[in-house]
Amino acid sequence: MEINFHTFLFYLLACVTGVCALGVVVTQNIVRSAAWLLFTLAGVSGIFFLLNADFVGATQLLIYVGGTLVLVVFGVMLTAQGPFISMKTGAAEWVISTAAGLLLFAVLAVTTGMAFATPKAEPAPDEPATARASVEIGQALLAVPPAGSSGKKASAPTTYLLPFEIVSVHLLVVLIGAAYLARAKRRRGAGS
Amino acid sequence: VTDFLSENLGPGPAAAVIAVIVGSVLVGFVALSAVFFIWLERKVSGRIQDRLGPTRVGGKFGWLQTIADGIKLLVKEDVIPGDADHMLFRLGPYIAFCGSFLAFLALPFAHNVVALNMNIAIFYMLAVMSTEVFGIILGAYGSGSKWSLFGGMREAAQMVSYEVPMAICVLVPVIVAGSMNLNEIGNYQSGFIWKWYVFHDPFIFCAFWTYFTCATASCKRAPFDLAEAESELVAGFHTEYSGLRWSFFFMAEYGSMFAVSGIATLLFLGGWHLGFLPWDPADWLREQMGTAGFILGSVVSVAVFIAKGWLLVFVMMWVRWTLPRLRIDQVMMTCLKYLLPISCFVLIGVSAWQLLGNQSTIVDYFKYACALACLGLLGWTIYKIIVTPSTLPPSGAASIWNTTRDSPFRLAKKS
Repeated sequence: MEINFHTFLFYLLACVTGVCALGVVVTQNIVRSAAWLLFTLAGVSGIFFLLNADFVGATQLLIYVGGTLVLVVFGVMLTAQGPFISMKTGAAEWVISTAAGLLLFAVLAVTTGMAFATPKAEPAPDEPATARASVEIGQALLAVPPAGSSGKKASAPTTYLLPFEIVSVHLLVVLIGAAYLARAKRRRGAGS
Repeated sequence: VTDFLSENLGPGPAAAVIAVIVGSVLVGFVALSAVFFIWLERKVSGRIQDRLGPTRVGGKFGWLQTIADGIKLLVKEDVIPGDADHMLFRLGPYIAFCGSFLAFLALPFAHNVVALNMNIAIFYMLAVMSTEVFGIILGAYGSGSKWSLFGGMREAAQMVSYEVPMAICVLVPVIVAGSMNLNEIGNYQSGFIWKWYVFHDPFIFCAFWTYFTCATASCKRAPFDLAEAESELVAGFHTEYSGLRWSFFFMAEYGSMFAVSGIATLLFLGGWHLGFLPWDPADWLREQMGTAGFILGSVVSVAVFIAKGWLLVFVMMWVRWTLPRLRIDQVMMTCLKYLLPISCFVLIGVSAWQLLGNQSTIVDYFKYACALACLGLLGWTIYKIIVTPSTLPPSGAASIWNTTRDSPFRLAKKS
C-alpha cells in the first residue's frame, strides 16, 4: 500500500482522534473529559479538512466546539459540589455501555465491509458519486421526489421530512427539560 | 515557488516545506504584531490618561519596551498552583493561541496572498476563532481559583451570546457579495472608495458598526472585558498564570484583535484596496512590469491591508481606554436586547435591498453621498484636531507623541 504525505496525515489524525475518544471514556473528571471530547471533535474536523470537505469541517468545529463549551459550563454548574469533582462509574454501567459500543461498532464494521465487498460502480467523470448522493439526500429531506421519478408515479417516495421534524420537536422537548432542570429553584420557607 | 519546490523535492516534502514556511511567516506576523500592539496600547493609554507611557527602553519612545517585557516573561518562574488541575492548566494557553493563530490561515492579506484560499474562508475563521474561548475557560477552570472561575464563566456567557449577532453581521456583506471566499469579497470592492461595502447601502452601514461592537466583545476588550475585570476579579481568567503561559493568552488576544479587524477590513472596508485608485495596483503593475511588478503591487496591497487592520485595532484601544467597563447584566442586555435585534433587522433589510433596490440609480447616489459624507467628517475631524488651539501643553496632533519637551511631568519636576 502506498504511503504518501496525505495518507500519513490521515492515519496520524485518525490515531489522535481515536486516542482522544478513549480519553473521553476513561477520564473521570468531567471537565477533562470534555477537553478530550474537544480534541476528538477537532480531530474529526481535521479529517474533514484533509478530505477537502472544508464546509463540513468548519461546521463541525463551530457547532461542536460551542456544544462542548455549553457541556462544560453545565457540567461545572450542575455537578460541582466541590472543586474538581470526579465521577465514579458503576460496573453495570460499564457493561451496558461496552455492549452498546461494541454493537454499534459491529454494525458499522459490517456495513463498511459490505460496501467494500460489493463492486463499486464507476462514477461518471463529470459527476462525482458523493456529490450526487448528497444532493439526493438533501432533496429527500425536503420531500422533493427523486429526479428520475418525476414523470411516472413513484410508489412511495421516501421523504425524511417527518422523521426530521419529529427529531427537531424532540430536541425542543430536551431544551425545555434542560431549562426546567436548570431554573432557579425557589425553596419554600428558606427565606428568613 | 511552489512549482520549483515540487520539481526538486517531489510533491509531499514540497508541501511540507511550504507549510513550514507559510506557518513560520504567519507565526512571525502574529508575534510581531502582538509586540507592536502591546507597545501601542501602552502609548495610547498613556496619551489618553495624560501620562507618558514607556519612554526609556530603546530610545525616547520606548520602542523596545515590549521586547524587554518579553525577556522578563521568558525568565520568570512558571508557577502552577498546587490546587490546580495540571493538565487543564497547561492546556488552556495553547488552545487559546492555536484558535487565534489558525484563523490567520484563511485571512488574505492581498489578492491571492493567503495561506489557504478557501471557499468558505469567513465561515472557517469564525469557527476557528470560537475555539479560543475554550482555552480560556479550560485555563480558568483548571486554575482552581474563584477569581479565575468567575472570569471563565462570564467569558462563556458573553461569548456564546455575542457570537450570534457577530455571525449575522458577517452574513450581511456575504449576501451582497454572494461569496464566502474572502479573496473574492476583497476583489469585488476594488476601485474608488464608494465601492467599499460599508457604503453599499444603509443596512450594511449599520452592520459594520454592529459587527465592530461584537468583535470588540469577542476579543474580550473593554468595555466588554468582563472575563478579566482587573478591578473586581484581580485578573480574571489569568489570575494564576505567570511567565510564558500568561503571555500566550496575550498573544492570542492581540492576534484575534487583528484577525477580527482584518475580517472587518475585508468585508466592509475594501480589503487591500486603497480606495483612491480606480484599479488594483498589483494587476496594473503586472501589466506594466511583469512578475516583479506583481510582487511590488502585492507588497503595496499587503501594506494597505495591514495599515487598515492596525487602524481598527487602534480604534479598539481608543475605545478601551475611553469607556468604562459594563456590568455583566449590561453586557448581556446590550447583546440580547440591542445587538441581536439590530443585526436581524439589518439582515432582513439587506436581503430586501438586494431583491428590490438593485436596479434603481438611487443606490449609486446613496453610495456617493455616504462615502463623501464619511470622508468629509473624517477630514473635518482632522482639521479640528490640527486647528484647535491648545492651552494644555501636550495636545493637538503635532505633539501627540511628544514625550520630551513641554510635558506636564517635566514642567512639574523642574518647578
